[in-house]
Amino acid sequence: MTVTLHQPAKRRAALPLHWLGVAPFILFAALFLILPTLNIVVGAFRTPEGDFTLQNLLNLSQPRIVAAFSTSLKLSLASAILGCLIGFLIAVAVTLGGLPKWLRGTVLTFSGVASNFAGIPLSFAFIATLGRVGLMTVLLRDWFGINLYGMGFNLLSFWGLVLVYLYFQIPLMILIITPAIDGLKREWREAAEVLGATGAQYWRMVALPVLWPSLLGTLALLFANAFGAIATATALTGSQLTIAPIALFNQIRGDVLQDPQLGYAIAFGMIVVTGFTNFLYIFMRARAERWVK
Amino acid sequence: MIGRRFWPWVAFTLGFIYFFVPLIGMIEFSLRMRRGVYSLDAYRSVFADPQFQQTFFYSVVLSLCTIVIGVVLIVPTAFWVRLKMPRFRPVVEFITLLPLVIPAIVIAFGYIRLFNTSSFLPLTGSATGTNILLTFGYAVLALPYMYRAVDTGLRTIDVRTLTEAAQSMGAGWFTIIARVILPNVLVAVLSGAFLTFAIVIGEYVLAALLDRPAFGPYLVLTGANKAYEPSALAVISFVITWACLALIQLVTRFSKHARAAQ
Repeated sequence: MTVTLHQPAKRRAALPLHWLGVAPFILFAALFLILPTLNIVVGAFRTPEGDFTLQNLLNLSQPRIVAAFSTSLKLSLASAILGCLIGFLIAVAVTLGGLPKWLRGTVLTFSGVASNFAGIPLSFAFIATLGRVGLMTVLLRDWFGINLYGMGFNLLSFWGLVLVYLYFQIPLMILIITPAIDGLKREWREAAEVLGATGAQYWRMVALPVLWPSLLGTLALLFANAFGAIATATALTGSQLTIAPIALFNQIRGDVLQDPQLGYAIAFGMIVVTGFTNFLYIFMRARAERWVK
Repeated sequence: MIGRRFWPWVAFTLGFIYFFVPLIGMIEFSLRMRRGVYSLDAYRSVFADPQFQQTFFYSVVLSLCTIVIGVVLIVPTAFWVRLKMPRFRPVVEFITLLPLVIPAIVIAFGYIRLFNTSSFLPLTGSATGTNILLTFGYAVLALPYMYRAVDTGLRTIDVRTLTEAAQSMGAGWFTIIARVILPNVLVAVLSGAFLTFAIVIGEYVLAALLDRPAFGPYLVLTGANKAYEPSALAVISFVITWACLALIQLVTRFSKHARAAQ
């Protein structure tokens, strides 16, 4: 075989040539992903003169930044929990609910589209629907006499933003949790029924404990997904509702000039939050795989 | 007692309403520009806007460049790691997941700091340099999707046998990757490419912070200044997203049929 013919030449330069194959990728990742991030992380612990400091992180405690982070955390948590819950119910409905088979495929395909239909166009769609002169706002007022905005609803508010975020959170949940629900073995349900369990008991004592790591893991993923999002909020509220990424955006753009080091600290804070939740996701998914194969 | 299928239908119907009403809302609103009647005026206005044409063209070109970079970078890497360095695979996988962990805005911030005019690689100093930087930035954002797609494609073929067969016929590494491996994972690559296109075309943060005239910042600008055009743009964006995802389904299904027919 030719392989044996090449053997001597190969052995001579075995080690370096080996790594040459992944060198372009490593270079790319280092230059455009790892170094820029490290730059930010290191910058968060440095004074403008280059000395080590914790002052930048302590500066995060100013009310403006705390408010931005707390809005972001609440927004991400609310949209993640609701997205998880509603997405789970819809996923269960189309996989186990005895609905027509074609519905399941359609829902999954649509979820693929909707989970990618985020950002600016999504907020435009919601403004056209639930804005002050949006379709639903007008229809509800003209047909049913319900004045949404008179009742205190506002699309450009916290819960308005949650409503918009759900448009990509629910589909993402459906996409991720459906395989896990498929993994619930029919035997488990039958065994539970033979032992006299009701449907509710089966869910509470068998299905949910098995799905629990998947659910928690996906919750973490949805949280991180919402936490990093900025385009939707920017297009929807301008800068009315300051969330952490918008605070960072303004800091970078130079709207807030007093403290250039603060940008590093905000960015570092964001990495810590998304890093922690993603770690949780990976950890939970590893646990989930023990049961659901 | 209520039928077994009652609650599943309720869940599905409520979901259906939530997901369809905004679509109808944006379509209806985009047609309302002319007073009293439905018209396509908003679309006409959008398409006639030179800024729309320029920014859209810019983003299309950029996303094509991103796809090329992604393919050239990821197909050989995924192939090589599978063939020669299986123990290195978790590391590569971890790196490809990082863009999902690190928010895009943080990456953009890092670029501004790392590649400024006084740095070792002053990419942000010129328009061309910034365009290159933005393209590589998009390649980073697309990395998780592209790598996953290609890796899934490689899993379905026998990489080792194909490589040895090509080698025994005298093929070099370039020939093996370009003419043996790539055609075999083409469907996977195309899936990754369409997804990349869908991501890049509407991306906002990176383009805005690097100050490039891309489609995303144009969308925000239009949203702040116009009434009906944003809805028309939303409809156009939605159609593009649909088209990209539909093409993924199409090539996947097509290849399955082709394989089944063999």
